[in-house]
Amino acid sequence: MAENAYIFDAIRTPRGRGKANGSLHEVKPVTLLSDLLVALQQRNGFDTAAVDDIVMGCVTPVGDQGADIAKTAALAAGWSDDVAGVQINRFCASGLEAVNMAAMKVRSGWEQLVVAGGVECMSRVPMASDGGAWSQDPETNFTTGFMPQGIGADLIATLDGYSRTDVDAFAAHSHQKAAAAWQRGAYANSVVPVVDRNGVPILDHDEFIRPDSSVESLSGLKPSFKALGDMGFDNVARDKYHWIETIDHVHTPGNSSGIVDGAAAVLIGSHAAAEQFGLQPRGKIVATALVGTDPTIMLTGPAPAARKALALAGLGVDDIDLFEVNEAFASVVMRFQRELGVDWEKINVNGGSIAMGHPLGATGAVIIATLLNELEARGLRRGMATLCVGGGIGIATIIERV
Amino acid sequence: MSTIRYEKDSAGVAQVIFDRTDGNANIMDQRFIDEFSALAAKLAEEKITGVIYRSAKKMFFAGGDLNMFAKAQPEDAAELFAMSEKMKAAMRGIETLGVPVVAAINGAAMGGGFELCLASHYRVALRRGVTVGLPEVTLGLLPGGGGVTRLVRMLGLQAAMPYLTQGTALSAEKAHAASLIDELVDDSEALLAAAQAWITANPAGSDAVTQPWDRKGYRMPGGAVSSPALAGMIAMAPSVMRKQTRGRLPAPEAILSAMVEGAQVDFDTASRIESRYLTELATGRVSKNLINTFWTQMNEVKAGVGRPADIAPRQFKRVAILGAGMMGAGIAWSCASRGIACVLKDVSLEAAEKGKAYSAALLDKQIARGRADEAKKAALLALIATTDDYADLADCDLVIEAVFESRELKAQVTADTEAVLPAGAVFASNTSTLPITGLAQASARPAQFIGLHFFSPVDKMPLVEIIVGEQTSAQTLAEAYDFVQQIGKTPIVVNDSRGFFTSRVFGTFTAEGMAMVEEGIAAASIENGAYLAGFPVGPLAVSDEVTLTLQDKVRQQTVADLTAAGQPLPELVGAAVLDKLLAAGRAGKSTGGAFYNYPEGGKKRLWPGLAELFPVASEPASIDDIQDRLLYIQAIETLRCREEGVLTTTRDANVGSIMGIGYPAWTGGVLQFVNYTGSAAFVARADQLAALYGPRFSVPDSLRALAATNARLED
Repeated sequence: MAENAYIFDAIRTPRGRGKANGSLHEVKPVTLLSDLLVALQQRNGFDTAAVDDIVMGCVTPVGDQGADIAKTAALAAGWSDDVAGVQINRFCASGLEAVNMAAMKVRSGWEQLVVAGGVECMSRVPMASDGGAWSQDPETNFTTGFMPQGIGADLIATLDGYSRTDVDAFAAHSHQKAAAAWQRGAYANSVVPVVDRNGVPILDHDEFIRPDSSVESLSGLKPSFKALGDMGFDNVARDKYHWIETIDHVHTPGNSSGIVDGAAAVLIGSHAAAEQFGLQPRGKIVATALVGTDPTIMLTGPAPAARKALALAGLGVDDIDLFEVNEAFASVVMRFQRELGVDWEKINVNGGSIAMGHPLGATGAVIIATLLNELEARGLRRGMATLCVGGGIGIATIIERV
Repeated sequence: MSTIRYEKDSAGVAQVIFDRTDGNANIMDQRFIDEFSALAAKLAEEKITGVIYRSAKKMFFAGGDLNMFAKAQPEDAAELFAMSEKMKAAMRGIETLGVPVVAAINGAAMGGGFELCLASHYRVALRRGVTVGLPEVTLGLLPGGGGVTRLVRMLGLQAAMPYLTQGTALSAEKAHAASLIDELVDDSEALLAAAQAWITANPAGSDAVTQPWDRKGYRMPGGAVSSPALAGMIAMAPSVMRKQTRGRLPAPEAILSAMVEGAQVDFDTASRIESRYLTELATGRVSKNLINTFWTQMNEVKAGVGRPADIAPRQFKRVAILGAGMMGAGIAWSCASRGIACVLKDVSLEAAEKGKAYSAALLDKQIARGRADEAKKAALLALIATTDDYADLADCDLVIEAVFESRELKAQVTADTEAVLPAGAVFASNTSTLPITGLAQASARPAQFIGLHFFSPVDKMPLVEIIVGEQTSAQTLAEAYDFVQQIGKTPIVVNDSRGFFTSRVFGTFTAEGMAMVEEGIAAASIENGAYLAGFPVGPLAVSDEVTLTLQDKVRQQTVADLTAAGQPLPELVGAAVLDKLLAAGRAGKSTGGAFYNYPEGGKKRLWPGLAELFPVASEPASIDDIQDRLLYIQAIETLRCREEGVLTTTRDANVGSIMGIGYPAWTGGVLQFVNYTGSAAFVARADQLAALYGPRFSVPDSLRALAATNARLED
């Protein structure tokens, strides 16, 4: 019988606008992460020397975020030299992959206490600045048909018939849900404010939210991917989706995930670790799943990943009380909802990345924190977190309160 | 040595003179490579003060050995790679001797020849008569003599792109402006003197005798691959390029890959990467298609292989054009722009003037782009006379009839014109479908009667299909061939038949598109299939252009003629689509749209009503089948033309299909496509398509016979 992988705590920073005028732009990624590690230790009181590993997602691990930021942050946080640390990259799933890897480490019985999470300061290290063969090596680009994700999102909308109004309505709703969630304190327990070196507060809330967003206000934004599509990328989809005459470019900055700075950390461990440090298990990780999907449309992974995780757990869609489906783009969540037939009332009840932003490496862990807190707040049992992932990957994780 | 002469002059400068003893042009074949390599070794041993690359031929250097590339097979890869590396090692050896190396360019330096120049420290060229460039890509190859590696280092990734991936060639003046040539001079004495002078001014040890990329602190112009300025461009470039290549032309893609990969490593490694890509392209199949058609067969066309020999060439001085409609107006332009006087005749002077105005409009466009001036316009328009009177055609030596496609009308104008023509004049009909032999019945001298089928728009389309009627004489054919070349167009020669070769084969393309609509295949799938197969325009879009009305007329005429002749009717493919669209008032682009709508100021969009007339099947069609249907149906119709004697050579079929009716260039043409596929595989696939989609895909017996041994179609 495998060990259980318990979740003891799940915290995150507020998310700052990912631009030079964003509140967290002045904070270094290593500081964002190390301060969060300090907070995690203070909240839970474990001996840092007992932590077997720190697994941190980071999608653009260069410059400020380069060179294994997980270990660097542990050192900066003053944690014991005995702690290891690894930075991982599964694109947008990195944060959730970190959680899943930590769960696997613990369930294998080979490690007892692991910190999972992620960090991304998108205002400092721009997306795609790490290069990579898929986009930057022409031969690879040619043979695999590289395409920007947004065009995949637009393709989903075109195939499924989501209009610009449909996706804008989805986006406006995300903002409304996020604003309401903040108002009722849904994020109070999981968000650790960012302070400066003197303890002076820098940011204590998700600053990307626009509570007054409406279909009307969003309708004025220009499509983000039309120009790229016209230049050539729309043609990449022509062989696989040949019955489509033209791709309807409905996604804009308003109905796509926001570019932000942020970090998250989740404390995961075994029963033995709980005993040793008097940690209270709040939930456990029931199943994890990964799938590969068509890389051209790229973002249809959540549904098959969810089905795979449900099958592993021996559960049905109805056994899940709440879903966190990362709002990379509106059409991604709409496709997931349609494919699985999930009640909209169960999906992203506290808003999502369209309203609050998507700090790439951290988001998967962020939504685990959101899910756990909301299950607790509502007295519900099971939740699922799932994300679409670059290159055509889907990831899903089922958690259960204990 | 039989390809290079070597002389050391009194100043110790090594004069390396390219002078092949058994040919008019210097080429980079095995013999040259061996000799150049031996010479490089010798120069490394000798005490020299500099090197001058020169040519004793009219051209500086023609380039690589295409006969060798045409033969290279995958099993030759190791040998070809080694050969390429050997040549480059020799060039690199001389480039890094530490003495000044100058290319004295007296004539065209293309491909490998220009790569020799790029491996020099200084390039001086004659101001006139010199063209330089790396056209390898146009034949499916890559500048593998260091061209990719050096040009990227000279100009940077972005600036080098057009020369490498499009093969853009430049005049000496333009190459000088682009920094590809360092100095221009006026004559051969000055050429050698300039080369000597540069060597004297930049002796061994001076900075200039080390290439920029071999100097310490070298930075690539325009930025390194990793620079943010280039990252976006590099990510984007492949999909932009694919709009042209459709994934069917490997050479531009290989060149872009070699450019970016090579820019990230040292010179010698980059050079090796380049050789490996060249080897892949040269031993691959698409380069064979392109070399076959765009080199070998096009050269045959230019050399007049299809023209009856032993007939004196004829230069036409005054051409009569009957009918000043779109075709007549375009033909007048084609004559006048090549300095040939012509007379545009129509029923009224006003109509004739309208035809002439077309040339004026084209010239105005050129003037607006700075490519012509008012003087040129006046001179050119002065060559186009207009009339409504046959008497004004009396001194013409060629008549091109371009009136409506009506037998009666054509017969009438033939008789009326011949009444005033001099005895030696040639009469040509620009019909696109009506058999020439039949039209010639209206002629008093059918031996001088021939078909000259121009394509629309005439000023842009390079092809003219020459149709030989039953009674057309060899002399008439030869002279018609001369005329087509005189106006700078490409002739193909076919025998008489309904629709000749091009119209007949093109008709199967549009009909196949309509057949697919009828089967319930999404219109977008059909058009995308054509796009992916490499066609410039999809069958539905092009049907809109030529109009459904015209296709209907051709169909009616065919049915009427065959019925009158008591012959069986062919399968009328896609007829239901033609009928229903015409019934719905959807006749073509010029009348508001058929398969497409044409919104004012917007892009055309498929007409939504089409899916109501022909409901789309719920399962998407096989995109591979769509592509193959469009490629195969035209190849099979061409094979029938060949079997019936309409076509006598693969050359006419290949050149005509690409230049006249948009058959994809990567195939090397409609019959080269059969050879590319292999006759056995072609027949197997055609049989499959016949079983799935109808007997029109059955191949003629002659091909089935070849397929038994997988033999090639040969002339």
